[in-house]
Formats: sequence, structure tokens, C-alpha cells
Amino acid sequence: MKYREAFRLAFSQIRSQKLKSAFAVLGVFVGATFLVTVVAVIGGLNRYMEEDFGRRIYGLNTVTVRRIPSVQFNPSESARREWQRRPRLTFEDAESVEARLEVPAIVGVESHNGGEVEGPDGTTLGNIWLTAASPEYFAIRSMELSMGRTYNDAEDRAGSAVVVLGADAAEELFGARDPIGKTIKVRGAPFRVIGVIQKQGSLLGISMDNRAIAPAHSPMARLVNPHGIVDEIVVKAQDEVAMGRAMWELESIMRERRGLRPTDANDFELETAEDSMAFWTRISNILYATFPVLVGIALVVGGMVIMNIMLVSVTERTREIGVRKAIGARRRDVVRQVLVESAALSLMGAAAGILFGQLGAQVVSALTPLPVSVAPVAMIGAAVLGIGVGVVAGLYPAVKAASLDPVVALRAE
Amino acid sequence: MNWDDHAPAGDIVIRTRGLTKDYVLGAETVHALRDVDIDIERNEYVAIMGPSGSGKSTFMNLIGCLDTPTAGEYWLNGEPVAGKDDDQLAHIRNRLIGFVFQTFNLLPRASALHNVELPLIYAGESASVRRERAERMLDKVGLGDRMDHRPAELSGGQRQRVAVARALINEPAILLADEPTGNLDSRTSEEIMDLFGELHGGGQTILVVTHEPDIAAYTHRTVLLRDGMISSDERHTPTRGLAGARPSSDYQRPVGSAADVP
Repeated sequence: MKYREAFRLAFSQIRSQKLKSAFAVLGVFVGATFLVTVVAVIGGLNRYMEEDFGRRIYGLNTVTVRRIPSVQFNPSESARREWQRRPRLTFEDAESVEARLEVPAIVGVESHNGGEVEGPDGTTLGNIWLTAASPEYFAIRSMELSMGRTYNDAEDRAGSAVVVLGADAAEELFGARDPIGKTIKVRGAPFRVIGVIQKQGSLLGISMDNRAIAPAHSPMARLVNPHGIVDEIVVKAQDEVAMGRAMWELESIMRERRGLRPTDANDFELETAEDSMAFWTRISNILYATFPVLVGIALVVGGMVIMNIMLVSVTERTREIGVRKAIGARRRDVVRQVLVESAALSLMGAAAGILFGQLGAQVVSALTPLPVSVAPVAMIGAAVLGIGVGVVAGLYPAVKAASLDPVVALRAE
Repeated sequence: MNWDDHAPAGDIVIRTRGLTKDYVLGAETVHALRDVDIDIERNEYVAIMGPSGSGKSTFMNLIGCLDTPTAGEYWLNGEPVAGKDDDQLAHIRNRLIGFVFQTFNLLPRASALHNVELPLIYAGESASVRRERAERMLDKVGLGDRMDHRPAELSGGQRQRVAVARALINEPAILLADEPTGNLDSRTSEEIMDLFGELHGGGQTILVVTHEPDIAAYTHRTVLLRDGMISSDERHTPTRGLAGARPSSDYQRPVGSAADVP
């Protein structure tokens, strides 16, 4: 009952000083906006990395054997030198893995490079992502075709000069024309287009559709790597358990092939989507560690502004407080009135911030492929923080108001 | 000193014994009030007079429980006030004292009705009780048709009526008015003093702090303060107002006679 009265008063006070109130809550507003938006964006990034990035770059339940790690964090000079001394991966390695792996799994190889592609009418596309890969590649990467077909084992073994294009590459080379059956040249070598991949979109700003994929044993192989060498051996298992087992088997097969003694370290890398995510986890941990500090700064500044505004407000209303005390307001009545006003003010700022943060999240969602959505916990957190900042900021002004001597306060102008 | 022997009995609403207030200003001590003894009975209508600096504001603040004495005792409605803390004093003010100020001191953003309800909020009354009693009180002071008006929409006299309604809402033991007509023209002053007269006729104990003899003329007793002490205290027949038409022999006897002290 007393709180209802205090709320009524608080809102009438806030309403009567709209502009001042709006400025007072700016800091809390910014803090809440920031909190809601950042939590939403990090959440979206996480989901994106886990679901999209992991699945598209690495594939589900996939282990990749590489010579050197695909993602490196400030490697030391000695580590770099060690990587350079490692033997390269070969087709023989891949064949051996395929032959000896007991867990049912798809084994493929891939090699990548950048290069130029020339269309039938002489258009040249630079900076195309060239891939020489086994036929399994499309299944491992969960790629669907929008037209044509992929190549098969026979074509791979025969080294057929066929190519599957990315959606962007196909469009730029052929426009509206049907590319199937046409010939393109990759660094002078002719390839017959047999298929086009469905649009993949971009990942971290890099187009996933500007590419040409040819069989592992096709002439593309020597355009991306020296003879007999592959970048990656990719093993896709049926499920997570099988993947773990495949990883274990892969390691022993590779160690045996390399003739490593039990005390020697691996001279190759085994990577899974989860490993590659480690770098992202580090980034998101840094974000999660930094942004409470930023939100905290905004809220502290916001709290200080509210405290000052409330001090001014208390001073302006000295007479009113004197009257209230004269007619029976106790200390706690005055404290309650100031605290409720301060908390209500702050909560309004937080509420505006929550709305604005949602707007921000929607903008990010519209402009990027990130599946950004505002977590309810972030909104509740922002609201609770808003009230908390208001209460803390109102404490000193409230106590000051409550301590006013009614005789002095009644004499105030 | 022990004043317990002086605890009032019967109809004495205000009793002070040795009431003293000193202010320390730097190295100097100002004796605003020295050893004031006074008894005020229920339904008395008293004017507190004196030049500025005489201690009448200090006296009013002490009687109104807005301030605490440096020394001495004060019983309000038979209960000792000395030694109470801030919140207990707030409770006493809420229940036993109705203030009327020279500058009205209404809340500018609140309606007349809400202003009158205010003491009831601090008394913890429910919204429906508050509303009903405040409406009744505004009717009583003749503002039944102005309840939703804000102070700025009311004339000075109407504002002071709202203030009187607010002062009376908790049926206080004393109505304490500090220069209630100081901001009003003479015609409106008369209206307010007539209202006081009616309230007095209804049994209300009223103290009016004033420097105007014209206002004191409405009352039945005039206490004159000088240099923090009572220099005279006389009961008299009101010469003005409604009450003036109703002289009472009760108020003819001199103050300080044996009959006053139990």
C-alpha cells in the first residue's frame, strides 16, 4: 500500500521532469542496451560457430588429419620450425587409412589453393578457391547441388577433368546460361562443368560460393599441390562415438606409418570441429570477460548520474520533505519514497535499453547470417541490474533526505 | 530536576516545565527559550505573540514536536515528549498535531484531496478510508467542489482551507497555526479566522502564533513571549470573530491561579 503510494509519487515526479529524467537514465540505458545486444550477438555467434561453421567447414563427426594446425594462436618459433620439418600427407597415407580403418567411416582427401579460372567466352575470374577432393567430399561437407551431378569414384580414379562450381563462380562465368557440359580453363587446363553447388552464403565474410571443385586425381591436383601430396585426410564417422574410435585408430595408423616410437610426439595434427572451435571459445571467453566490465562501467556512470539527479531532486524538494515530515512521515517513509523514485527511474532506463537492445539484435540479425536472438535471461538481468543501480544510487540521497531537520526543511525556499 | 511530579492530569493538553532551548552558534550560545512553564487546557484558543527573536518560533517548533528542547519537560495530551526519537516524534506529529503554515505548504502537484489525504497515508490508512475522510474534511471546510483542483488553481484562502483540512484529518489534539493569515488579505483572513472560530466551537484546541494583535483578538488567551520567556499570559474575551459572540466565564479567570495546578 505504502509502496503503491511511493510508486504513484515517483512516476508523477518522473513525468513532471521528462527531459531531466531521460538524461538521468542515459547511462543505465546504454548499459542495458549493451548487455542485451552483446549477449544476443555472442549467443548468436556461438550458435553459428557450433551449428553452421562446425558443420560446414569440418562436417559432423568428422576428423581431419593435417600436417600443421589449421588455426594457430601465436605459435612459437620452435613450434613453427617443428611444423615445417613434418612430412607432408600423401595419397598413400589416405589409402592406407582407408584400408586399415576398422570403424565404418567415409575417408576422403582434399587439397586447396587459390587461382584463376577462365570461362568459355574468355571471362577470367581471379581469386577462386580451387579444391581437389575425393568424391566423398560433398557428403562429408553436407553439400547439395542445385544442378548437374558430382563426380564418382571411377571418374576420380581415372583423373577425369570434370569440375563442380560454386554458385557465385557459375553465375559469374555463365550468367543465366546453363553451365553444364561447358568447358572452363583452370590455369590453362580444361575442365568440363558437371554440376553447381547450392548457394552456401558466406562465412565470416568469406564467400563459400566462389569455388571450383575437381576430383582428387584430376589435373586439379597438380594445380593445388605437388604430385602425390594432399592437404587433408578427412574421415567422417557415423556418430560421435564412432568418431572417437576413428580418431584413436587414425592416430595409431599414422604413427605406425611414420615409424614413431612411443615417446615421440605426433608429427601430424588430428582436428575435429570441436578443436577448431577452441579458438572461437577463446574469443567468446574474452568477450564474456570484457563485456561485464564495459556494462559495469556504463552502470556505475549511470548510477552516479542518477545519484546526482536524485540529490538535486531532494534539494529542490527540501520544503516538500519538510512538510511531509511535519505531518508524520518517518525516516523510512522518506527513504522509501526516494528509493522507489530512483529505482523506478533506473528501471525505466533499463527497460528502454532492453527494447533498444532487442532492436540492435534484430538489426544484427538482419545484416549478418548470425542467428541472433535476445535471451530472456539477459533481459531479466538488465532489469534487475537497472533496479539495483537505482536503489544503490538512491541510497545516499534517500538517507540525506530522511535526515533533514523538519524545522530547517520547512524554512527552505 | 525531576518533573515527574508535574505530569498533567485531566484536561491539560499541553504542559511544559522548564522548557529551554539553546542554540550554539560558533562560540556563542543563544538562549532562544528559557525555562518556559505553561499549561494549555483542552479547547483553549491561544495566541502566541511576541516580536521577532522573542522565541515564539522556537516555542512553536517545540510544541509542534518538530524540535527537541535542550532542557525541560513537555507533556502533550498527557504523555511526555522528551526523549522521543525522530520516528516517534513523527508519529506524535501525525496523530496529535495539525499544522497550518503561513505559506500553506501544500504539495503543488497534488490535488486538494490528495493533500488532505497525506497524513492518513503516513498513518497507514487504506485508500478508501483516506478518500472518504478527506472528502468529508474538505466538505467541512467548504471546498467540497474543489477536491480535484491543484493548489495553483485555488485562491490563497482556499489553499489555507485545504491546509486546515489536512491539519484536522487525523483529529489532532492541537491545531498549531503559524501566522495562518500572514499571506492572506484582510477579508480572507477573516474567513480563515472564522473557520478557526467554528473549529474552536466544535471543541478543537487551537494555538495561533502571530504578531498581529488583530488575530490575537479572535482568541481567548494571549501568551506574550519576550527574550525567550513568557512576559505575559492573559485570558480575555475575544473581541473579534464568531467566538467573540460567545464569551465564556471559564476564560475570565487569570492564568496561573491555583486552579491550574493540580
